[in-house]
Amino acid sequence: MSEQKTLKSGSRLEKILTEGHFAVTGELGPPKSADVEIIKKKAGYLKGVVDAVNITDNQTAIVRMSSMAAGLFALQAGLEPVVQITCRDRNRLAIQADVLGAQACGLRNILCLSGDHQRFGNHPGSKNVFDMDSIQLINMLKRMRDDKVFACGDEIRNTKKQPVVEPRPFIGAAANPFGDPFAFRVIRLAKKVKAGADFIQTQCIYDMERFKRWMTEVVNRGLHEQVYILAGITPLKSVRMAEYMRDKVAGLSVPDGLIERLEKAENPREEGEKIAVEQIQEIREIPGIAGVHIMAIEAEKSVAGLAEKAGLLPRPA
Amino acid sequence: MIVAERKPFEEIYECVKRHRKVLLLGCGTCVTVCMAGGEKEVNVLANQLALAARDRGDDVEVMEHTITRQCDDEFFDEATMKKVAEVDAVVSMGCGVGVQFCAAKFGDTAIYPGLNTKFYGATLEQGVWAERCAGCGECVLGDFGGVCPVARCSKSLLNGPCGGSADGKCEVDPENVDCAWQLIYDRMERLGRLEELEENRPMKDWSTNRDGGPRTVTREDVKL
Repeated sequence: MSEQKTLKSGSRLEKILTEGHFAVTGELGPPKSADVEIIKKKAGYLKGVVDAVNITDNQTAIVRMSSMAAGLFALQAGLEPVVQITCRDRNRLAIQADVLGAQACGLRNILCLSGDHQRFGNHPGSKNVFDMDSIQLINMLKRMRDDKVFACGDEIRNTKKQPVVEPRPFIGAAANPFGDPFAFRVIRLAKKVKAGADFIQTQCIYDMERFKRWMTEVVNRGLHEQVYILAGITPLKSVRMAEYMRDKVAGLSVPDGLIERLEKAENPREEGEKIAVEQIQEIREIPGIAGVHIMAIEAEKSVAGLAEKAGLLPRPA
Repeated sequence: MIVAERKPFEEIYECVKRHRKVLLLGCGTCVTVCMAGGEKEVNVLANQLALAARDRGDDVEVMEHTITRQCDDEFFDEATMKKVAEVDAVVSMGCGVGVQFCAAKFGDTAIYPGLNTKFYGATLEQGVWAERCAGCGECVLGDFGGVCPVARCSKSLLNGPCGGSADGKCEVDPENVDCAWQLIYDRMERLGRLEELEENRPMKDWSTNRDGGPRTVTREDVKL
């Protein structure tokens, strides 16, 4: 990683990665209601267990509390949020407005996503935006932070007499090594790095062989030296969940061996956790990996146990 | 061409039964090719409407007529205007453009659409049409090997495929829709231009699209 240690955002996640610690991020899905207690409860499970926590943005195109508002509550509950922003629901005006708001609220990490298509959610009749794609979003944020300008080129200041007060996010992006065409997957990562991504969180990994092939390409291109790569882990809770991941999530493969292990296990949930611990240990050995991103979908409570067993605790201050 | 689909029968019948004398006006161009609103389809619908009116005891007389194009003044000849003058309402079997052109031409005669206009597309095989152009006003096909990411990627992504591309198909409709980015990748590979796809494309200027408001094209050099 770069020699100079000047921080871009000053977020805890950035510090931890810059200091060379193996980072751990988690995920907190905002409620499908205005219930703040749920956020506080989930935050309690994750506090001290992860370095930062992704706050999803209408994930799977299902309406939830905004990632910005839920992120603010998570921050108040003592977590460091990674606020997710998708290109599906907002145009360049709305996104830039939210990025200014995030900075003002002390939300220091932003993850840029294209967003799941609304066909999969609970408002399939809605209109999508896609004013830009995730790579253009990354670059818009980088320009806001480093060049201190809006997408239109105007300086980020209230009036000509007032100071420039730009947002300073630590910019994240996603990578899916399992989508097609496989050869384009590293190119896409390279484009995200070129656009200005500081860290990457990958799609959840079950097909370790393919992931390693992808990482070899990443390292060959030297991309791991330009961006911190956090490998995605989602513990499997049941055979049904594994089959769902394999059959219903496009671009995701779950090897038969894993499904067999869950089938044979007396307690599939425990077996799933065991698999996740093994995956984390295997991933730590892969050159170029800077951390793990644990996405325990609606199972935030289980992350502490997993982190403990995987030897990820305690987290650095 | 513009691809359209005929509206459900009952929706058209609901409009028609409000009037005594109705003209079904077909269009001889795009919607004839996509078998939605040409002379043949006008004839079929006219018979269905007349039968239904007789069965249900509604007093409606249905006439038929088809012109070459509903989006151009010159095809609204005297015979056509005479037929329109004889009826209380016209069901245009043209695309949305034709319906509006008719509305502007026919003054106080009621006008209804007989079709749902879908997209700019091509015939893939007999009975199958697919969208190919989104009319964004600034064509980028030259940069993508002749496959449009704006019209054919479900998210109009300009910098490569999302995670939902699997086995060449788009996750939004894997049965019917190819992943545009798989097609772009394959074409560019064939053309030996893959490295061009590594360049980052900036945000598109959507002001040439419908987002800039309804559009017009004026050619001073050909105006009369």
